[in-house]
Amino acid sequence: MDFSVVVEYFPRLLEGAWVSLQLVLISIILGGIFALPIALARISPVGWIRAIPFAYIFFFRGTPLLVQIFLVYYGASQFDAVRESILWPILKEPFWCAIIAFTLNTSAYTAEIFRGAIQAIPHGEVEACKVIGMTKTQMYRRVLLPRAFGIVLPAYGNEIILMLKGSALASTITILDLTGMARTIIARTYTPMEIFIAAGAIYLVISIVIIAIFRQIELRQNRYLGTLSIKVPDKG
Amino acid sequence: MIDLHGFGDQLLQGAVVTLELALCSLFVGLILGLLGASAKLSSVRVLRWIANGYTTIIRGIPELLTVLIIYFGATSVLMAIAGLFGYDEYIEVGAFAAGVTALGLTFGAYATEVFRGALQSIPKGQHEAATALGMGPIRKLYRIILPQVWRIALPGLGNLFLVLLKDTALVSVVGLDDIMRKANIAVSSTKEAFLFYLVAAFMYLALTIISMVFVSFMEKRANRGLTRG
Repeated sequence: MDFSVVVEYFPRLLEGAWVSLQLVLISIILGGIFALPIALARISPVGWIRAIPFAYIFFFRGTPLLVQIFLVYYGASQFDAVRESILWPILKEPFWCAIIAFTLNTSAYTAEIFRGAIQAIPHGEVEACKVIGMTKTQMYRRVLLPRAFGIVLPAYGNEIILMLKGSALASTITILDLTGMARTIIARTYTPMEIFIAAGAIYLVISIVIIAIFRQIELRQNRYLGTLSIKVPDKG
Repeated sequence: MIDLHGFGDQLLQGAVVTLELALCSLFVGLILGLLGASAKLSSVRVLRWIANGYTTIIRGIPELLTVLIIYFGATSVLMAIAGLFGYDEYIEVGAFAAGVTALGLTFGAYATEVFRGALQSIPKGQHEAATALGMGPIRKLYRIILPQVWRIALPGLGNLFLVLLKDTALVSVVGLDDIMRKANIAVSSTKEAFLFYLVAAFMYLALTIISMVFVSFMEKRANRGLTRG
């Protein structure tokens, strides 16, 4: 194996990595925003309100991300109505199709994580809020959501890593993300092992950085717990 | 009824390939997972390093990249090895074999963690009791430890299988004739992308539901020795 191609094409790979990061960041932010109402509807006491997010979550968690991307990218253009609509400039761009598919996908997973976290809060805290006389909005804003945020962090970190790995599928709809860039370079140099291993290493580094960032946020968010295993840094 | 333009049979054939791929990868992955978990809990430091490196790398890079690396890389690796033995014909690795290897490796890495947790959750007293009864390490493993590990690991493994089932779609990228590729073929000849990808999606959904039912049946079976409190 000859790793000089890696050195030569490393800047291109980094360009691809930047596209991957953009895909992940935008979809995670949009997905997080959509996930909250979905999660809240999922735990609604009204049966039919619960059913809609249930079906949504079941579909997006039960089918491959690849199918979802193809449905948005190739599927949408099957209809003339879509091609003539004002949304077409967005739907013909592979980048935005990937963002739409990733956002729909990650919002389903994130909604389940949020739901689990909200339901994991001890019932006594909900009762305490009611006893103090908080309205439902106050209860969610002041107690349940901040608490859920702390509980959610480890699972949410995992979801971001999964999204990073899922973002490699963007390469199947001609986006030059890290994987797409690697495949383009390989088509020119025909050195699959070297370039793929380099791309894998970059993914690995990004994952490790994300894990480290989340560990820091977790320590901060859960600092009130005072768990012995969590080391409190000296404030000088 | 939906008009599939005669591609219905093709899609069903694809579903069979998808299922075969998933089951073969599951088999490889379970073995790798057990080996990985044993290595992680081993007292030999080198084995622990290897197992940690394996799970960290596989879990940190995209499944699609793993599939591509195995598909394009296995050929050159195998040819290099064969070259050492003086065999220099071209060796081709098929999409199915590459898929089983890549998905098996991925499943194995995640299953390692599931098995490790299950192995560690078995009280030390049971190991001691088995040894006290005069069981050797192998008999202890398959009579006492593995049946319980199976029960504890099953929910985790079931989830991993659902992930694996969806990951099989990635192997269509290197040309395996699974549901996804059959759908691609149907789309390129009929231009009805939304229809066929939606049908493909519901086929995966159906496979997912069948797997969920099967896993919950297995869980009930595995837990039959426990009294419900």
